[in-house]
Amino acid sequence: MAHLSAENRQKAEAVVAVYPQPRSALIPLCHLAQAQDGYLTEEAMEDIARLCDVSPAEVRGTASFYDMLHTEPVGRYVVAVCTNIACMLAGAYEVLGHAKQRLGIHVGQTTPDGLFTLEEAECLAGCDQAVCVQVNHRFFGPLDEEAFDRLVDDLAAGRLEDTVPRHGVLSRVSRAVGLPAATPVAATISNEPQAAGTPPPGEKEVAPEPPAAAGAGEGE
Amino acid sequence: MLTDAPRIVTARLEHPDSHTLERYLATGGYEGLRKALTMTPEAVHEEVNAASLLGRGGAGFPAGRKWSMLREAPTTYLVVNGDESEPATFKDHLLIERDPHQIVEGTIIAAYAIGAAQAFIFCRGEFALGLERLTQAVNEAYEHGALGRSIFGSEFSLDLVVHPGAGAYICGEETALLESLEGKRGFPRIKPPYFPAAIGLYGEPTVVNNVETMSNLPWIILHGGAAFAALGQGSSTGTRLFALSGHVERPGWYELEMSTTTFRDLIYDERLGGGVRLGRELKAFIPGGVSAPWFFPEHLDMGLDQDAVGKAGSMLGSGSVVVMDETTCAVRAAWRITRFFHRESCGQCTPCREGAGWVDKVIRRIEDGLGREEDLDLLLDACDNIAPGLTWPPKQTTICVLGPSIPSSIVSSIHRFRDEFLLHVKEGGCPMPPDEVRHG
Repeated sequence: MAHLSAENRQKAEAVVAVYPQPRSALIPLCHLAQAQDGYLTEEAMEDIARLCDVSPAEVRGTASFYDMLHTEPVGRYVVAVCTNIACMLAGAYEVLGHAKQRLGIHVGQTTPDGLFTLEEAECLAGCDQAVCVQVNHRFFGPLDEEAFDRLVDDLAAGRLEDTVPRHGVLSRVSRAVGLPAATPVAATISNEPQAAGTPPPGEKEVAPEPPAAAGAGEGE
Repeated sequence: MLTDAPRIVTARLEHPDSHTLERYLATGGYEGLRKALTMTPEAVHEEVNAASLLGRGGAGFPAGRKWSMLREAPTTYLVVNGDESEPATFKDHLLIERDPHQIVEGTIIAAYAIGAAQAFIFCRGEFALGLERLTQAVNEAYEHGALGRSIFGSEFSLDLVVHPGAGAYICGEETALLESLEGKRGFPRIKPPYFPAAIGLYGEPTVVNNVETMSNLPWIILHGGAAFAALGQGSSTGTRLFALSGHVERPGWYELEMSTTTFRDLIYDERLGGGVRLGRELKAFIPGGVSAPWFFPEHLDMGLDQDAVGKAGSMLGSGSVVVMDETTCAVRAAWRITRFFHRESCGQCTPCREGAGWVDKVIRRIEDGLGREEDLDLLLDACDNIAPGLTWPPKQTTICVLGPSIPSSIVSSIHRFRDEFLLHVKEGGCPMPPDEVRHG
C-alpha cells in the first residue's frame, strides 16, 4: 500500500531521477514525506525505501541521525530557539526560559492543542539577529521575550500563514522538470530513452579503483 | 586599516532584488561564465591558481591545488558545500539567500575547469528560504541557457542539483557531506585517502568546494587571477567575507581585504563593528568559529591573515568573529561551546563521543557551583586525551577534526581565566549571573 499521494509519488520519482544513484534521494524524499504528513511515518519510510532501493531500516537509520527529520508527530509550528554562543551572549537562555513558560511545555514537547513544539537549536547562522529563532525553518530575530510573545500570538492567530507554512514544508520551489536540455552529459551516459528532462547519468560502478597517491594532509 | 578594495562577493547585495536573474544579468551576471567558456579548462584552472584563492570553508586549502589532485577517471563530480553550521558563521547563509546566481555561476565555471559530469550544491536544510532561492536560480539558469546541454552554445554541458541537508553539523566535514549526499548518516570517512579528489561521491573522484569559494570565481575569471592576488598579502589573497557577532554595537557581515585589515578595524571601526557594546572593555574574542582557540586584547592589531593567525596559535577558520565583553562569564561561554560539540559528535570515535560528554559535564558543574579545584586539571587531562599535547594545530585521535576542536575553548579559557574558574569553585556558583551580563 503506497502511502505517498499520487502527486507526491510523481514528485518523488522526479527527485530520484536527478541523482546518479537512487539512494541519494533518501533525504530529499524524507523532506517530501514530512511536507505531506508533518513528520516521517512508518509507511512513508517504507515508500521511500522502495523508491531509493534500500531497506526501511536503512531509511530509519539515516533519518534518526538528523535533527530536522522527526519520526514522531510534532506541532504545526516547530519553534527552535538558538542558544549557541552568539545568541547566548544576547540572552538566549532567558528567551528560552520565557518560551517554556509562555507555551507551558519543556524543550522537546508539544502543546496539547498540537500547535507548537519547542526546540533548543544549535547555531542557525543568524548570529547578526541574535536572539535568533526559527519557526518551521523560517527566521525571526532579534527577539526578546516581548517579541517572542508577539510571534507566538501571530502564529496562533494564523497571521503568518504565508511566510510560515506548516511543519515539514521546506522548499516551496521545485526543480522544474522537463527543462530543455536538462540531461547531464556524463562520459558514461546511456542512450536509452529516459524520463523527460531529468535522466540520471547512468549507473556508476561503486567499487572504487585503488586510490591515487594520498593527499598532502587534511585542512592545512 | 580599511582599504578601498572592491567588494567581490557582496557587490550586488545593496540591491533588494539581488537574488533575481534580472538583477544578476543587469550587474554583469554570467559574463564570467561566458568568458570562461572561450578559454580552455586548463586556462580557467590557471587563473584560479594565479589568484591563490584559499578555500573559504574553514580549512583554507588552496582551491586550485584541490582541483589538481583529482584522480584521472571517466566520471568526476563537483560538490559545493553550503552546509554552513560552524557556530557564529553566517556568511554562506547570506550568499545563498541574497546572491544564489553568483554561486550557480561559480559552480558552473568550476565544473568546466575540472570537467565534472554533474554538480551538486549541498545546502544546509535549515535554510528554507535559501533552498527556495537556490532552486529558483537553478531553474532560471536552465532557462537562460547557462545550465543543461551546450551551455551558451558551447560544447560544455552540465546538470546541477540542489541537495537539501537535514540538520547535522558534522555534514560540513567534506567526507561526511558525501555520505549524507549518498543518503546515509553523516559519518566522516576514514583517511587516507585524505581528499575526495581520490575517492569521493560514489567512489568517484570529487572536488568539494565552499559556497564562498565558488562565489569568487566569476570575478576572478572576469578580472584575472592576478587582480585578485594583488589584494591582501602573502598567501591570504583577495577579500573575505567576515561574520561579526556577540557584544559589538554593529554585528553583521563585512567583506574586507585580507591581511591589511586588522581585528581592531573589524571590531572597532565605526563603519564596521563600531566597538564593544555600551563602551565596555573587550575580554576575549574568537577569531574564526568556535573550533578556534580564543584571542585576547593583545591580538587586536593582527591582520585578518590566515598565516599570522595560525602562527599565533589559532585559526581564521570560517571567518566568524565572536566578541565577548568584560561581563561575560568565561566558564559559561566555554561550557556552551563544549556542549555544542558534545551534541554534534557523530559518535564514531571514542575520544570525541565520550570525551565531549565528560568535559561538558565537568565544566557545567563548575558553572553550577558544584565544581572542585582539581576539576581544572581534570578538564585539561580529558582534553589531552582528545588531542594529545594540547598543541596548535591539534594532534588528532579521531577520524575527523571535530574531536580536536573540543579542547580549544576549554584550554583557552582555563589558561587565561584560571582565577575566574577558581572563583566559581570558591563561591559555589557563577559570580557573573547572566541577567546582569545581559542588562548591565
